Amino acid sequence: MTVVEISPLIIFFASIITSNMILTNFLGMCSYLSISSEFKTASGLGKAVTLVLVITTVINHLAYRYVIVPLKLEYLQYIVFIIVIAALVQIIEMAMDRFLPDLHAKLGIFLPLITVNCAILGVTLFMVIRSYNFIQSLVFGLGSGLGWWLAIAALAAIREKMAKTKLPKGLEGPGIAFIITGIMALAFIGFSGIFTIQ
Amino acid sequence: MAETVKSVISRNMWKDNQVLRQILGICSSLAVTNLMTNSLVMGIGLTFTTALSSLTLSAMRNLIPHRIRMIVQTLIIAAYVILVDIFLKAYVPDISKQLGPYVGLIITNCIIMGRAEAFAQKNPPFLSFLDGLFAGLGYTTVLLIISFIRELLGFGTLFGFNVNFIGFETWTIMVMPPAAFFIIGTLIWISSNLLAKSGKKKG
Repeated sequence: MTVVEISPLIIFFASIITSNMILTNFLGMCSYLSISSEFKTASGLGKAVTLVLVITTVINHLAYRYVIVPLKLEYLQYIVFIIVIAALVQIIEMAMDRFLPDLHAKLGIFLPLITVNCAILGVTLFMVIRSYNFIQSLVFGLGSGLGWWLAIAALAAIREKMAKTKLPKGLEGPGIAFIITGIMALAFIGFSGIFTIQ
Repeated sequence: MAETVKSVISRNMWKDNQVLRQILGICSSLAVTNLMTNSLVMGIGLTFTTALSSLTLSAMRNLIPHRIRMIVQTLIIAAYVILVDIFLKAYVPDISKQLGPYVGLIITNCIIMGRAEAFAQKNPPFLSFLDGLFAGLGYTTVLLIISFIRELLGFGTLFGFNVNFIGFETWTIMVMPPAAFFIIGTLIWISSNLLAKSGKKKG
């Protein structure tokens, strides 16, 4: 594969903008839609997702490279990744509770939700399919997290602004959220001339 | 609340359609819908997984300790997804490559977890199997509608066959992600209006 030569910097910016997890890869839609009516909460969830993404992507990269491939367990990779994600989220939550109680009070409620957020597993699977190396995986996890945070915070801010707007019947709630997201995606795709990784 | 076979079918196919009404399983329904063939394969894969994992979980519902049921559910779902993945890789390698990570992502598809939690927990195996089956079929139907619009307008083809007889200029935007958001938003709008109308007539 030729992808290995892509510079980490390009991966970083591309995963925030042109390969944004929500706007071009549609990952993490469930929580994106249900937790985006308030800017503060949405931003908190974004932070938590970014934190978990960086850690799980790196650990899953190591697990894939040093455990799954040498033992020829590729067909079990989904199970390994899911267990790693679930366990890491638990550990992060406990560690945060013990060492950073302030942060835990803010982000704690979001952490259990993140286990089932498909962006986390999705980033890991993209990393495996594109065979990134260690540094590339690290920046890919970080960039994807920041991109996810940017998208959910933007949507929440827009929805807050238009909370009192009159909408056609039946379009309120998820309907309009999809339309807004579509327009946002159009804007983000405008950058694809600068850098793309797919 | 006892459910009959008929109510399970009508609920999953239309009244509480997983994609349009419950807004679940959106990730994959948007990502794979630029081609009808991909949507069909994805739909079959998801229907298979939902039906069988509902069946298994319902059969085991009295054996699983309540506190660890999430992880048990995830592992059972993952096992079926691995079967689907290996099957696709062996028989339709091209489509498997195009679907990429989205096959693996069936594991975190909220529809399956939702059915397991909301239905298979409390109902006998056969009904749970039907519930999962029709939840999957409802999902497949929506996927096929979206991909019909996107493939027709974006490529001028249906299931890969050229139907563009009049030399219609294809719309590149339909192949790109934003169109998926617009179409699903519109479909949700239409379906909730239709549902509100039919509710009024009856009530």
